[in-house]
Amino acid sequence: MPEINVTPLGAGQDVGRSCILVSIGGKNIMLDCGMHMGYNDDRRFPDFSYITQNGRLTDFLDCVIISHFHLDHCGALPYMSEMVGYDGPIYMTHPTKAICPILLEDFRKITVDKKGETNFFTSQMIKDCMKKVVPLNLHQTVQVDDELEIKAYYAGHVLGAAMVHIKVGSESVVYTVSVNKYAKSHISAWIDKCRPDILISESTYATTIRDSKRCRERDFLKKVHETIERGGKVLIPVFALGRAQELCILLETFWERMNLKAPIYFSTGLTEKANHYYKLFITWTNQKIRKTFVQRNMFEFKHIKAFDRSYADNPGPMVVFATPGMLHAGQSLQIFKKWAGNEKNMVIMPGYCVQGTIGHKILNGQRKLEMEGRATVRLLISFALTKRLIHVGKLLACVFCFHTLQLDVKLQVEYMSFSAHADAKGIMQLIRMAEPRNMLLVHGEAVKMEFLKGKIEQEFSIDCYMPANGETATVTTNPSVPVDISLNLLKREMALGGPLPDPKKPRTMHGTLIMKENSLKLVSSEQALKELGLNEHQLRFTCRVQLQDPHSDPDTLHRIYTHLKSVLKGYTIQHLPDGTVMVESIVIKVSSSAEDTNAKVLLLSWSYQVKHRHCPCSRLSKLGQKHNRLKT
Amino acid sequence: VKWKKEATNELILKQSVQKFTNFCHPTLPCNVLKFKSTTIMLDCGLDTTSVLNFLPLPLVHSPRLSKLPGWISKDGTINLEKELKDCAGRVFVDSQPEFCLPERELLDLSTIDVILISNYHCMMALPYITEHTGFTGTVYATEPTLQIGRLLMEEVVNFMERVPKAQSATCWKNKEIQRMLPGPLKDAVDVWTWKRCYSMQEVNSALSKVQLVGYSQKVELFGAVQVSPLSSGYSLGSSNWIIQSHHEKVSYVSGSSLLTTHPQPMDQSSLKNSDVLILTGLTQMPTANPDGMLGEFCSNLAMTIRAGGNVLVPCYSSGVIYDLLECLYQFIESASLGTTPFYFISPVANSSLEFSQIFAEWLCHNKQTKVYLPEPPFPHAELIQTNKLKHYPSIHGDFSSEFRQPCVVFTGHPSLRFGDVVHFMELWGKSSLNTIIFTEPDFSYLDALAPYQPLAMKCVYCPIDTRLNFHQVSKLLKEVQPLHVVCPEQYTQPPLTQSHRSDLMLELQPPPMPYRRCSVLNLPFRRRYERVYILPELANSLVPSEIKPGVSVATVSAVVHSKDNKHTLQSVPKPPPVAPSKKRKRVMDEPPVVLAPKPLLSGAVPLEAFLATLQKHGITEVKVEETADGHILHLQAEDTLIQLEEDGTHIVCDNNEPLRTTLRDLVLRFLQKL
Repeated sequence: MPEINVTPLGAGQDVGRSCILVSIGGKNIMLDCGMHMGYNDDRRFPDFSYITQNGRLTDFLDCVIISHFHLDHCGALPYMSEMVGYDGPIYMTHPTKAICPILLEDFRKITVDKKGETNFFTSQMIKDCMKKVVPLNLHQTVQVDDELEIKAYYAGHVLGAAMVHIKVGSESVVYTVSVNKYAKSHISAWIDKCRPDILISESTYATTIRDSKRCRERDFLKKVHETIERGGKVLIPVFALGRAQELCILLETFWERMNLKAPIYFSTGLTEKANHYYKLFITWTNQKIRKTFVQRNMFEFKHIKAFDRSYADNPGPMVVFATPGMLHAGQSLQIFKKWAGNEKNMVIMPGYCVQGTIGHKILNGQRKLEMEGRATVRLLISFALTKRLIHVGKLLACVFCFHTLQLDVKLQVEYMSFSAHADAKGIMQLIRMAEPRNMLLVHGEAVKMEFLKGKIEQEFSIDCYMPANGETATVTTNPSVPVDISLNLLKREMALGGPLPDPKKPRTMHGTLIMKENSLKLVSSEQALKELGLNEHQLRFTCRVQLQDPHSDPDTLHRIYTHLKSVLKGYTIQHLPDGTVMVESIVIKVSSSAEDTNAKVLLLSWSYQVKHRHCPCSRLSKLGQKHNRLKT
Repeated sequence: VKWKKEATNELILKQSVQKFTNFCHPTLPCNVLKFKSTTIMLDCGLDTTSVLNFLPLPLVHSPRLSKLPGWISKDGTINLEKELKDCAGRVFVDSQPEFCLPERELLDLSTIDVILISNYHCMMALPYITEHTGFTGTVYATEPTLQIGRLLMEEVVNFMERVPKAQSATCWKNKEIQRMLPGPLKDAVDVWTWKRCYSMQEVNSALSKVQLVGYSQKVELFGAVQVSPLSSGYSLGSSNWIIQSHHEKVSYVSGSSLLTTHPQPMDQSSLKNSDVLILTGLTQMPTANPDGMLGEFCSNLAMTIRAGGNVLVPCYSSGVIYDLLECLYQFIESASLGTTPFYFISPVANSSLEFSQIFAEWLCHNKQTKVYLPEPPFPHAELIQTNKLKHYPSIHGDFSSEFRQPCVVFTGHPSLRFGDVVHFMELWGKSSLNTIIFTEPDFSYLDALAPYQPLAMKCVYCPIDTRLNFHQVSKLLKEVQPLHVVCPEQYTQPPLTQSHRSDLMLELQPPPMPYRRCSVLNLPFRRRYERVYILPELANSLVPSEIKPGVSVATVSAVVHSKDNKHTLQSVPKPPPVAPSKKRKRVMDEPPVVLAPKPLLSGAVPLEAFLATLQKHGITEVKVEETADGHILHLQAEDTLIQLEEDGTHIVCDNNEPLRTTLRDLVLRFLQKL
């Protein structure tokens, strides 16, 4: 029985370092190739030695597919392709292809230039790796080879994020990052009812069921507005590329409408570039933005200005977007430390925070933060993803000096899940859309996955898997076999079903399946003989029945004919001029012996192919005897 | 999903290509293909050359046009002064310009299931087909095709609606009267079907029926046919279409280009293995080299500007204009035109320039790489930023105050019958310093200029048509090798004016099948096979036997389920066991159980082996008699004869069912079953 194997090398019951191996129909596919933000040793990257202990991966993988540009989905790519060795195709969408190398280069700079790590991938390796990338268009069916085809759908998580449908023969798998259920509002339709054998989904927000986006937006604006009104400062830690742009648009329009004067700042060198990407890839953003972009490009902001470090100490209300998003380093952390002591201020966390980050701590209600030097250093380095972190070096120096730093958190902490990760509702909706036969969860915490797994199994009665890293989930598939049927045969069968084929009324058909090399052809038996150049072998049976009848041979035959006609209703009975009677395809002949003209021999002859319901042997011979009795 | 009744055997191609009054290149196709009972319309082109018969629509009152004399027949019997005007010896209709529609009588438009659009120039008739006709199908197009197509339609509607014309001339269309008119009005075809432009509301309604597709996306139609667009290299989002089932493949090649301009290059390899290739939309200018024309365009432009004149470029607001602007971007500095203002005037100028920058996926590789930097793919962004290129929705408003001469103006419509171009013709036509440069190949420039005669301004004709020429087509066909080629009649003979140019026609083996307007072709292939799916349960129950090395057969008895044109084969359900209480008295009354028919047999029964087998089964007394065709075996104890021949076996015995069954099974052991 054919089966599909799924093995996470990363993101199995864990968040970060997404890397999932799928074996389907003899093809091996790697889905995502990410790094883990929480480690800076070997565990940073997926364990590729699972695939092979020695040598390159090219021979073991048919293709690599990257879902979106976040580093926990593509951070290990140059390491995998250039240092471990992989020369096959790497598929990703155009926006991902554009943004991914920039983030990789930032990541590299921080790791190598700042921390001084060696044995890391180089700029050239990133370039060489990107040369292996084949860009994917939405809905384009890409034939990786003769058998393996992939198709990308809009996922709406971040710019250029995609779901992928992987198909070999009639087996298929869908892999999706955090699907944004609002993806449906995107002009390109959502996934179709493709009924994959497995749907692999992230489950970062497995336990959250969020209220409508509009509510959250209103809530967000209300909170910002209130803080500004009372003269407080609002800090919104974000990542340079992602939801930030949407939140900016939201505030920009709000400011315009309410005629607010408080300054809004955006603090990252990458922003301008990021906005530029959004402008050029506007077809990948939501419908509202696309529709109006000619009149007014939403990514050209009037109220939002570039941030300078000195502004943080300015008096009066302000709103600052600062990177990175989990408050683990950089500008956002600096500003946080400055503003944390004032209860008038507010920090709004718009996304998920990995365990160990300050964002995670304050969201869990921690009000006193111990900032240990060493721990901070490690965090700083592993999370520093943006160019802004050139300051990291300076910051490091001061953290080293202080060793421990006590921070009282007095400002208000608000959590607003604007991050586009899927929540339980989104995943359930996706299952309803795609109707998978099995479900597999990755990229989430084990406990939360367990909850979602139960929910899915209960609601959809499908199996749900959640393999840990290095563990393989196996799903047996039961594919039907595609066969080419001769149109004559099919039509003959269709014609039997009446002029209008009733889909509910099954029709039986009989034919011969010819298996030659890779082709399967279903034809009528006669055609099969012809095509194979074979002669038919006739198998006939003849049965002799003795009877006594004084009439001449033709008369006897005629009497038999009339008798049969009266007895066998519903059968075709013919008296042929050559002196035979045909009951359907059974031939009846009469001959008399030379000695005794009354002793007649009835010859019943039929071929092997006569259908059983006509098979005369017993019935007709009994008839013959009956006839015999009648006559005598 | 609509249920489609059974599959038809042949493929019918209904053709309603526009007839061109001035030249004979069917570049605006509108075909209908019937394939497996699916009715597919291929493109929806609108013949706009009919507008050349009308007077231009001026934006501001033109004393010259209003003073033109009316037309009265020479003998004075027909007086159409109000409807027809005479300009420099040619007669024009004084009414809102009208378009010649695709043939709509040949088939009921409500039976069309889908319309496939190949590029934005070939969808301009869409509202005439989808609105008020009962059409309920779906239109498939790529995103750039839809967006830019919408802009082009919006532009035409805007051009027409902003100068409404009170009168609508109809008398001249009377057959008797038309016959008496001077040419080319006399020869205009189907004038009764000519229609005024649609409204914006109709455009919106028509375009709401469009479903977006990406290149190489496989779209299933009723489960019977799969269609898929391929890049055709001609314009942003332009596509050729593959229409196929599992066993038949029709390629529709329309408006393709092998030149390197801004769009993604043409996908040729996917066209391979076609049974039929429908070829339309070849270049209208087979003798004009686009590169040469571009050079001529630049040098004429520079010459005029240096002499202090203005340059007018009548053009569509999307397409070649992007290439012209890119060419000028490189040319401006070297020709020291840095201070010359370039104006692009169209109600959709801004949208067109903006839209061109956001379709990175649909652009050629070089332009795609720019987006990764991130930089705008087209250099006109820089021209706009540096104020070298300015765009305005019309000549009214800002333009009139910012306008400086000498300058270069790009504006529409290329027919010179409506749009802002009419104003510039009136403004600049009288001075020989100015130049008009025609770049669009759709209209004959002499006809376009006719209502402006006498004209002092210089005219330069450098039509840029990047579509395939005959040389490229024959190379392409050699590469993709379709079994049959179907093309408009015009491609199978050299142009009338150049009858000696045998290089300006398609020469193929086998010769292409030509079609003309309103003809119906039966495409030359027979469908022989259809795809069915054997469900796993049935598949597992099949018993294959090897007939020849590498060839196995298995007999299949199955229940066919057909749904949405997909057929699956399932195991025959076992008949429910008859309850013993309901034992029938007469065997013959039993309802006929549909049993698998006995298979056909093949092979021969070898005598020695058969005798040995008989022996094993206790039949020892066998007398063998040799005959001409084989042997007769006499089973003496059983009083039974078995006649063994090369292609037949005959068992003759009395009423002994068990024996007959045994013998049958023994014989079957030696034969192959099919």
